[in-house]
Parts: sequence; structure tokens; C-alpha cells
Amino acid sequence: MSVLVVAEHDNQELKSATRNTITAATQLGGEVVVLVAGQGCGAVAQAAAGVAGVARVVQVEAEHYAHPLAEELTPLVIAHAGNATHVLAPATTFGKNLLPRVAAQLGVMQISDIVRVESPDTFVRPIYAGNALATVQSSDRVKVITVRSTGFDAAATGAAPAPIEQGAAQPAFGKSRFVRHQLTKSERPELTSASIVVSGGRGMGSADNFRLIDDVADKLGAAVGASRAAVDAGFAPNDYQVGQTGKIVAPNLYIAVGISGAIQHLAGMKDSKVIVAINKDEEAPIFEVADYGLVADLFQALPELSTALSR
Amino acid sequence: MKILVAVKRVIDYNVRVRVKGDQTGVETANVKMAINPFCEIAVEEAVRLQEAGKAKEIVAVSIGPSQCQEVLRTALAMGADRGLLYETDAELQPLAIARLLQHAIQKEQPTLVILGKQAIDGDNNQTGQMLAALLGWPQGTFASKLEFDGNQAIVTREIDGGLETVALDLPAVVTTDLRLNEPRYLKLPNIMKAKKKPLDVVPAASTGVELASALKVLRVTEPPRRSGGVKVASVQELVDKLRNEAKVLS
Ligand SMILES: Cc1cc2nc3c(=O)[nH]c(=O)nc-3n(C[C@H](O)[C@H](O)[C@H](O)COP(=O)(O)OP(=O)(O)OC[C@H]3O[C@@H](n4cnc5c(N)ncnc54)[C@H](O)[C@@H]3O)c2cc1C
Ligand SMILES: Nc1ncnc2c1ncn2[C@@H]1O[C@H](COP(=O)(O)O)[C@@H](O)[C@H]1O
Repeated sequence: MSVLVVAEHDNQELKSATRNTITAATQLGGEVVVLVAGQGCGAVAQAAAGVAGVARVVQVEAEHYAHPLAEELTPLVIAHAGNATHVLAPATTFGKNLLPRVAAQLGVMQISDIVRVESPDTFVRPIYAGNALATVQSSDRVKVITVRSTGFDAAATGAAPAPIEQGAAQPAFGKSRFVRHQLTKSERPELTSASIVVSGGRGMGSADNFRLIDDVADKLGAAVGASRAAVDAGFAPNDYQVGQTGKIVAPNLYIAVGISGAIQHLAGMKDSKVIVAINKDEEAPIFEVADYGLVADLFQALPELSTALSR
Repeated sequence: MKILVAVKRVIDYNVRVRVKGDQTGVETANVKMAINPFCEIAVEEAVRLQEAGKAKEIVAVSIGPSQCQEVLRTALAMGADRGLLYETDAELQPLAIARLLQHAIQKEQPTLVILGKQAIDGDNNQTGQMLAALLGWPQGTFASKLEFDGNQAIVTREIDGGLETVALDLPAVVTTDLRLNEPRYLKLPNIMKAKKKPLDVVPAASTGVELASALKVLRVTEPPRRSGGVKVASVQELVDKLRNEAKVLS
């Protein structure tokens, strides 16, 4: 048995969700091989080699892997899947874009967003915005799986380095081209791996007012998130969206401010360890999942919170 | 340009879904059904392209039981020209859905296929990517903007770090994200007109497409329930509790 994990990275850094995926991979039994495809991605291969549980890293460099286009990576993943019993990637926009294409090319199903490994062929995954959990069993010869990072701890770094091999590139597909990125710049921790998240909703009223959230987040070393309504209204960038169709987070502390608590939002944060809700409407459904609820006007509560945290 | 859109019938997003007592699935009897929100966005995008003179014909395809004709009628009322239902009572997995859509595409020869990024029932987020693979076409997933430049689709995608723009040679597959557009409300005259638009029904089993699934659902269970906690009276009390009771702040 061997498990191929497709690493997510930007040629400089191994994205942390890859380490959660490696943890899931180690639960399947068998050798864990990490595929790092990119251009100038040596540092990423080295980082992957130092993750606990990794037996081998295969590094493949080519111009057409400089950006992670699914069309280019699919033939490469298949070439390296060889006799792997499982192919895994994080259930991020990277993995969600890539792995179904790999699965269809292999003529097998893809299992999305697993949160638990029951056995090498049986997995648990949330459906209906997390309102139900499906236990599914696959009889495909190779199981192609995306892994939800909140279901698995990140594998440790700093292990004795596994060997790194150079692998051959596949011919370019060529019918799709990367044009540009507009990445959200932030000094804050990554939303999906932060231990504290402060999120704002429609109640924030404007993009400017999000500074009140930023202030509190700065004091806490927290990441900033948002509801769909806040993103749609232009208060926050799209990649801040937490929920069924955005990012799934499970920090130690999640603070929801001016968010009503629609099921689609809850789907993205209800596995947080401690949930705080600040909302002026005491009937807001968010209070049904909050460990600590504060019924208050956020324009008063947030500055007060910022001050209290400085003490 | 001819556009094919895939529309799925799902439990309405406002419904509070309940797991069945026998753990075989979720309760669907007497539950409000609707077009999957992401599919509605897909139809809207196609109709806007037609209104802008970029698309000639829009074919809406759905796969599922006879009642899927309702979501096809919704697509027709929004502006699609024809409907096609692959009828089956079996619960198909994304790979089988993608194969049936491929079947439709071989017949219809569209230049662009638009799907939702995700059906909000199974939350799979797979079908568009699988379809692109089967066709050997480029894919622009999670689109928040769709433009054209000669024989290319220019797709802005919502990704974890922000936005990414890709250029795809046509024909191509695009899947919609929430911010691609805001679907229109249906107008009564259009609903009436939609009743007269052509809607073909083909038994899925008659296509010869492999529909069996290697993925079995063993059981569907309720997730652990979170119980609500306490209300605090002030910011100071909140911070005290977070520090001394929950111990999540230092
Ligand atoms: C297909 C689909 C997918 C979706 N995916 C997601 C998703 O991934 N993530 C997501 O978040 N949503 C998602 N949604 C949207 C979801 O249904 C809700 O519409 C959304 O979460 C509401 O955001 P909100 O709570 O910020 O806004 P609202 O529901 O409008 O709530 C605003 C809250 O702010 C409070 N408030 C207002 N002013 C103040 C003040 N001064 N002080 C304190 N409180 C105040 C109000 O009491 C209210 O509770 C999705 C919807 C669909 C149909
Ligand atoms: N039964 C179906 N009929 C028509 N289209 C479907 C069906 N299932 C999935 N799709 C399409 O594929 C998209 C993604 O679905 P999924 O991969 O199941 O999350 C949906 O938004 C639809 O556009």
C-alpha cells in the first residue's frame, strides 16, 4: 500500500493544510509519498521531507507547474499515482479544483472533505452544510480523497528528513493559462490554521468599520473572517468567507460579531472549541451555538473589547 | 455560441435538514425542493451572455426524478431555450452525472458548459471538474467573473488566497461561485412562456452510460449537537470568562 499526497504550496511555502492531509494519510497505513510539483520549489520539497510520517518526497519542476493549474497537474498526479492505493489532497480550493479531475481521468469516484478515517476504505464526510454526516465506503481500486483540515491535526514538522527524488514532468496540456493573481495581503495568521478567529458580518455596516474587527484581531494575534453577507457587500475580501461554501475553520476561539448565524455560516465554524457571539439581537440563532453570548451593539462592544484586551 | 447549463434539484437552502431515524439519509418527504443556488447562478450567467449577444442558444440539463422538470422550467423561465432531463430515480454520484452530461454534450456540441461549483445537498464540488476531465477540456472553477477574448474564456476564480485569473481555450467548462452574479426574480409572463418551451425527457438508463457507483453510503447520522452556553452581561465579564473559565486567552 502507498498513499500519494499532493502538496499545496506557492513554490516558497508548504501550505499548512498539506500537513493535516499527511496526518490523514498516515491513518490509512502504508508508505506516505508527497508530490511537490512546481517551479523553483526546492524549499517546499525540503519542508515536506521534514514532516512527520512522510517516507519520500517526489519533486517535479517545470514551467507549466509554476501555477497549480488542474489541467497541468492531473496527468502528473496520475503518472505518479502508479500503484498507490490512495491519492489525497487538502480540501482547499487547490485540492477541490484538482482531485475530481484526477478521479474522473482514472474512472473512479472522488470522496470530498473527509473528516474521519474509519478504515482504509471507509470515511466520514459532512453533507448538507454539516447537518448530517455520511459514512461512505469505496470499492474503487484507488481512492481519491480531499481532506478537511479541521478533522485532522497538522503533522509535526522537524522530523528526520525523508529522501527527495526528482521526478519527470509530463507534457504540457497548454489549453489553459495562468493570467494573474490578486492575493489578499495580510500579516495575520492564515484563517484556516489560526488558533483565534474574529469574524464580522453584515452588522459591521461598512468596510471601514471592519477596522474595529482588525483592532481586536491585532490584540489577539487572530485571523479575520467574514460572513457571506459581509463579503457580498464588499466589507471584506472573498477569501475571508467562512461557511458551507467558503472556508471551514475550527480554532480554539471563534468570535462572531454582527453575524446572525445562518446554517451556511455555522457549517464553517461550529466545530470551534469556544464560540463567542456579539449581536444586538438576543434572538439571533448564533446564540444557540455560542458558549458565551453578549447582547450588545458591536460599535460599543468592539472598542471596549479592544481596550479590555490591552490590560 | 451555444451554452449548456447543468441544473440540480435539491432541498431548498432554507430548510432545516433532518436525518432519518433509520440512518439511510435525510428526510425528503414533504420537504420544499428548489433549484440548487449555484445552478441558478449558472443559468443567470448564460442568460446574460445571451442578452449581450454572445450566446445563441441555452440548453438546460438536469438529471434525476421526473420532478426535476420543475427546476428545468425555472431555468426556462429565466431565459434558457430548451430543457433536457435524463430521468432516473437512482441517486447518482458525480462521476455518473458527469458521464451523462458528457453524453448530452456529445449530442448538443456546446462551446461553453456552465455548472454550479457545488450542489448544497451532497456538498461534493466535483461534477464540473470531472466533466472537464472526461471531455479533455479546460476548466474554470469557482468563477466570480467570466469574460471572453476571441476564442478564449477569461475566468476570474475565487481561491483561498484571493482571486486568480485564467485564460481557457474554448470549448471549456466553468463552475460558478456566489459572486458571479445575482440571479433575477422570475416574472409571471416568463413563467407562462416557459411552459411552452421544449423539454425532452430521456430515460438515463437508455443512454448506455455507466451509472453504477463504487461508493456506497453505509449510514447517515446526526452530527454532535452543540448546546448553547451562557449570556454574559458585559465585555469585562466576557474577557474574564475567556481568561479564567474557558482559558482560551492568556
Ligand atoms: C448557496 C448558499 C451558500 C451560502 N454560503 C455561505 C457561507 O459559506 N458563509 C456564510 O456566512 N453565509 C453563506 N450563505 C449566506 C447565509 O445564508 C446568510 O445569508 C449569511 O450568512 C448572513 O450573513 P450575516 O449573518 O452577516 O448577515 P445577517 O443575517 O443580515 O445578520 C446580521 C446580524 O448582525 C446583527 N447586527 C446588526 N447591527 C448590529 C450592531 N450594531 N451590533 C450588533 N449586532 C448587529 C443583526 O442583529 C444580525 O443578526 C450562503 C447562502 C446560500 C444560499
Ligand atoms: N443531478 C444533477 N443534474 C444536473 N446537474 C447536476 C446534477 N448533479 C450535479 N450537477 C451539476 O454539478 C454541479 C456541482 O455538483 P456537485 O459536484 O454534486 O457538488 C451542480 O451545481 C450542477 O450544476
